[in-house]
Amino acid sequence: MSAPPDLLGHYRQMLLIRRFGERAARAYTEAKIGGYCHLNLGEEATVVGLMSALDPSDYVFTNYREHGYALARGIDPGRVMAELYGRSDGVSKGWGGSMHLFDAQARLLGGYGIVGGQLPLATGAALAIAYRGGQEVVLCHLGDGTTNIGAFHESLNLAALWKLPIVYAVVNNQLGMGTTVEMSSAEPELHKRAAAYRMYGERVDGNDVVAVRDATARAVAMAREGKPVLLETVSGRLRGHSVVDPAAYRTKEEVAALREADPLLALGDRLREAGTLSDADQEKLEQSVMAEVEAAVAFADASAPPDVKTLFDYNYATTVPNDLKRLPGQPLFAVAGA
Amino acid sequence: MTVMSYRQAINETLRSEMLRDDRVFLIGEEIGIFEGSYKITAGLLAEFGEQRVRDTPISEEGFTGAAIGAAMLGLRPVVELMTINFSLLALDQIVNHAAKIHGMFGGQRSVPMVIRTPGGGGQQLGATHSQNVELYYAFVPGLKVVAPSNPADAKALLLAAIRDDDPVLFLENLALYNTKGDVPDDDVPGEIGRAAVTRAGSDLTLIGYSRMASLGLSVAEELAAREGIDAEVIDLRSLRPLDRDTIVESVRKTHAAVVLEDDWLTYGIGAEIAATISDGAFDQLDAPVRRVAMAEVPLPYAKSLETAALPSAADVETAIRQTLAAVGRLR
Repeated sequence: MSAPPDLLGHYRQMLLIRRFGERAARAYTEAKIGGYCHLNLGEEATVVGLMSALDPSDYVFTNYREHGYALARGIDPGRVMAELYGRSDGVSKGWGGSMHLFDAQARLLGGYGIVGGQLPLATGAALAIAYRGGQEVVLCHLGDGTTNIGAFHESLNLAALWKLPIVYAVVNNQLGMGTTVEMSSAEPELHKRAAAYRMYGERVDGNDVVAVRDATARAVAMAREGKPVLLETVSGRLRGHSVVDPAAYRTKEEVAALREADPLLALGDRLREAGTLSDADQEKLEQSVMAEVEAAVAFADASAPPDVKTLFDYNYATTVPNDLKRLPGQPLFAVAGA
Repeated sequence: MTVMSYRQAINETLRSEMLRDDRVFLIGEEIGIFEGSYKITAGLLAEFGEQRVRDTPISEEGFTGAAIGAAMLGLRPVVELMTINFSLLALDQIVNHAAKIHGMFGGQRSVPMVIRTPGGGGQQLGATHSQNVELYYAFVPGLKVVAPSNPADAKALLLAAIRDDDPVLFLENLALYNTKGDVPDDDVPGEIGRAAVTRAGSDLTLIGYSRMASLGLSVAEELAAREGIDAEVIDLRSLRPLDRDTIVESVRKTHAAVVLEDDWLTYGIGAEIAATISDGAFDQLDAPVRRVAMAEVPLPYAKSLETAALPSAADVETAIRQTLAAVGRLR
């Protein structure tokens, strides 16, 4: 069986996401990156499968584990890394950080740090598309734990009632921080929740990039017809919840099984078996991806931190009088005799 | 000029803005077929259709968030939250998303939306349906909060709010819906962030917003006519941004201030006004800043208790007299 023509491209993107994540973890331990930092390690097939089924004009909303989505959406890795570094050339100009990547041109409309906050927003974006009679689709990424918040129910109900062009993609990595899906969801087959909204739901192997891409393409086609879809991908998280989490709640057996199912290694094997990827190709690919990642790090390192003079630049989009622009030590009014 | 009610001013402004700009649409519970719990949207579904007057299920978080998402794509939603009490169900979407999206993403997208919602007690609706929690929103950078006290300002500020590119909480008040006043015929937007001196005076400064600005003005007029007390009255109109200069300028002239608010006193908007006066006019004060505010209880249902807990004209009058007595200016 020969590989579909774009499989090598998917493999390269997955490798980029893997190496970018690993490099970000290192930069975090070097204190180049602050705050929280959640990686997509182990979810690469899912990320690339979901993103590759979209048109450039489609919109993407994600949660805080979103570096891979930004890369797969074609955003320059240097600008993504610069955001993690909190620099002025970052995609969100240093205002967002790891959890709040945003690129209006790439139609990646965030990066949201509050679990499930993006669901109503994505639903509203789909409403705007329908309002204008547009052909775009919204893909709303969420985690397995998010299916238990109220906004999940409200959003899916609205989307189904209003026949909105949206795909809710539950990336089930089987853990919400340290809590398993079985511990948190009375119905652990999350795609079945769709039935409550008379919505189409489907579960797909999140470690298989082709399966994810094909399922997403079907879902997107339905959504474009005004039939929202709940798509569940099942994969794993190779590391802890965030960079600082050692994942001590996992057994050795679980870790071994995760490594066994590693989607990047699996696709590499598949390509080698198909004769599309030689050892020399693999070596060249690794070198080219590492060069891209190191260039991203160099770009981030060289980018200036945002100027303190810009602190109040985004208070409001429409300027109004009496907007208070004071630093913590400054008085409200000039102090007599000071 | 046309004399109309506060309710009618809002209704007609919504209508004229929807005619002017097809990106403007209304979304909320019972706003279409039912014509609004307080009939603010009467007639609009029939005129504009379901697309632009969108009835929602009871899902405050869902539809408020959806309005934010639609605004991110360039539409201009006007959300009706049936009362401000129910806004608490949408708090995450308003505080964590509407207020943050412009700044947190480096100014790439704004959120041009309006959230219209009435506050206010005095209707025997009990503790959960009678609150004034606009403070929660006035506290948050990224939001704008306006609170008109009369039909003319309701029109001007709603025009400004709809045309503004930021999320604006437009605070209405149950007790004001039937009040009447002159409203300009032309569509001239007001300025968000500016207070109004609704009565010039020299004895002391009364400061309020929404119902309490209206009440303060009527008490001041009555005391002037009856006893020659000359109070200056400031209607804040905007809670964020807050027009501190107008407050301080007035107090530097009158040397005394009474702050009127319909919410609880502790940590309230009046506390922010008093602190502002302390910062800007400390050396000009002849008496402590006095605050008139609601009793610190969940508002009871029984009329006797409800009336006792809410600030009244008599409470305002007492505060004025005691403040003037403190500065030795009581005639």
